[in-house]
Amino acid sequence: MTAFPADSTGRQGQRQISDRAIKWIFITPTLILLILLNIFPLFYSLYLSFTDFSAITKDPPVWVGFANFGKLLNDPQMWKYFATTGRFAFLSVGLQTLIGFGMALILREKFNGSGIVTTLILIPMMLSPVVVGLFWKLIYNPSFGIFNYLLGYTSPVGAPDWLATGNLALWAVVITDVWMWSPFVMLLCLSGLNAIPDYLYEAAAIDRASSWFQFRRITLPQVMPLLLIAVLFRTIEAFKSFDLVMGMTGGGPGDATELVAVNLYRMAFQGQWRTGQASALAYIVLIVIIAISNVYIRNLNKIREG
Amino acid sequence: MATIELRQVAKKFGDVYAVKPLDLTIADGEFVVLLGPSGCGKTTTLRMISGLEATTSGRILIDGKDVTWKHPSERDIAFVFQLFALYPHMSVRQNIEFTLEAQNVSPAERTQRVGDVAKLLEIEHLLAQRPGGLSGGDRQRVTLARALVRRPAAFLMDEPLGALDADFRHTMRAEIKRLHLAQHATTVYVTHDQIEAMAMSDRIVVMSAAEVQQVGTPHEVYHDPANLFVARFIGSPGMNLAPGKMADGHLLLAGGHRYLIPAQWRGTLSQVAGGEVILGFRPEAATVSDGGSLAAEVYANDLHGAYAVLHLSLDGENPETVVHVRADRFAHYPIGQSVRFDLNPDMVRFFDPNSGRALRTQ
Ligand SMILES: Nc1ncnc2c1ncn2[C@@H]1O[C@H](COP(=O)(O)OP(=O)(O)OP(=O)(O)O)[C@@H](O)[C@H]1O
Ligand SMILES: [Mg+2]
Repeated sequence: MTAFPADSTGRQGQRQISDRAIKWIFITPTLILLILLNIFPLFYSLYLSFTDFSAITKDPPVWVGFANFGKLLNDPQMWKYFATTGRFAFLSVGLQTLIGFGMALILREKFNGSGIVTTLILIPMMLSPVVVGLFWKLIYNPSFGIFNYLLGYTSPVGAPDWLATGNLALWAVVITDVWMWSPFVMLLCLSGLNAIPDYLYEAAAIDRASSWFQFRRITLPQVMPLLLIAVLFRTIEAFKSFDLVMGMTGGGPGDATELVAVNLYRMAFQGQWRTGQASALAYIVLIVIIAISNVYIRNLNKIREG
Repeated sequence: MATIELRQVAKKFGDVYAVKPLDLTIADGEFVVLLGPSGCGKTTTLRMISGLEATTSGRILIDGKDVTWKHPSERDIAFVFQLFALYPHMSVRQNIEFTLEAQNVSPAERTQRVGDVAKLLEIEHLLAQRPGGLSGGDRQRVTLARALVRRPAAFLMDEPLGALDADFRHTMRAEIKRLHLAQHATTVYVTHDQIEAMAMSDRIVVMSAAEVQQVGTPHEVYHDPANLFVARFIGSPGMNLAPGKMADGHLLLAGGHRYLIPAQWRGTLSQVAGGEVILGFRPEAATVSDGGSLAAEVYANDLHGAYAVLHLSLDGENPETVVHVRADRFAHYPIGQSVRFDLNPDMVRFFDPNSGRALRTQ
């Protein structure tokens, strides 16, 4: 056999799959997973939110219209959970913004080892929230946790039990969340700060602007878009907060840290199995998040334009 | 308004001098241009005067006060940056106002002063816009307005017209000069464009390779270059430089031409050891005439509009012996033709080929 036919069959073999086909071969698995795990549940749960379905009974879903939504919105307990969630989101995002931005301002100055310090600071963000919840539980432990010790309590007697005290538990969760996610805000702010060209500060120095004036009129407006994006991400996450709280307090003591997402989990999977109602709650949360995001995004656009 | 004095001011980046020790005294109200090729240290010098760059050694005095270690904001100096440094997130008005606000000028006076400079620079219609959308020329006006609104002790301008097209440069050059004359503000202006330097300056500081080559009026720098660098750098084309050897009152040039040394130079040249000098003359120092004492062959011929520049080769086809002379634009000079010319004895210069320095008549 000569080399010629072998060569030509080789080429034919390559031609059997067109570029289009290759595209589809790569895309299809992802697409199937996406449809099965995201798109389908999205619409199926929308449908379920209008039914009395429960996942542990064999009864088929029965259409109940807006009954689930009505019940949830008329439940004062539910409003309380939303208020708790709002408080949690406000405190934790607020503190994360302040601390994250502050750290970014410090780390923006290059000093010996600033690269290493930045990397170390980012570690909490990379841990699993459940793990973080578990070891902060140990940190807050009233008899051997280090938290109270650091606050100056040398004996467990009279020291606060953070996770078991009604008005402290939410703060405890907030502190943990801030510990975990301030680095995220810092990271975004840092990239924003580093993107501010030096010549703006040189021009400002020539213009005889004080450091404070420079901060207010150059630094702040220049990082604002990225800062707002960080805040937006963190707010969305705060409203969905589940794993950290579940791991630390399980919503307790009482309902002191019962965030909407925690309650949603309880409603859907613990004892009650009210799948239809839980779907309705999930949709209410979704609508709230979309509404809040819209406010942020509108502000972001306003900052970008003028 | 202020005087600026640099005493042995130098800047090193690592081990390399960006500016070698430099002495310069700028009088109150003077317009001084730093001129030199790219990378010669013009911007660095200006940044040291402004305080944006610390000096490696030497002292800087503004109005007699030592400001060497003072922060830029304490020097009362306006700086127009090489790349227009406008605050992108502020309107034109806010950009101009920034410095007044930083100095707690009252809102009423701010509005007044911004209005005045905006009118002066004809940018009133732009005040509400963001700098991002402005044309290069408009941005340049805003940058100037930002400097002018302060009424500083001195202006430092780093190639403020570098990014503009030729036509507009011309207009802006005149405008800056007019502003300078009106305000009589001490100005240090950086450019690598010698035409700009000639047109605008009271004095030119020619720099090359981190060193000052010559400080002088445009006239001095053009007609009496201190060394070969300045002779070549100034003028377009630069000064003609023809090496030669002295022989009984004549200079022996390439191609065997004999140039009769003008009377006023004989004393100076007779003292040159070895007798080797470089003859320098501007294209306009030569007059083409049939009875001329020097002869050369036409190598090329550029028509410049109002006149022609002939490239004449002293030694056949050798491009290194080409000199440029100015000629009548209507005359026809075919390539290869022999042309005779004379040099105006008052306009020839001589240089020492070893040191590169200009020789002076005694
Ligand atoms: N921050 C710096 N670090 C190291 N070297 C520098 C720095 N700034 C300038 N230089 C060097 O110093 C020399 C002079 O630079 P400078 O910017 O003053 O030149 P210039 O005359 O303004 O040139 P141009 O016409 O290109 O603007 C250059 O060789 C440059 O590479
Ligand atoms: Mg420069």
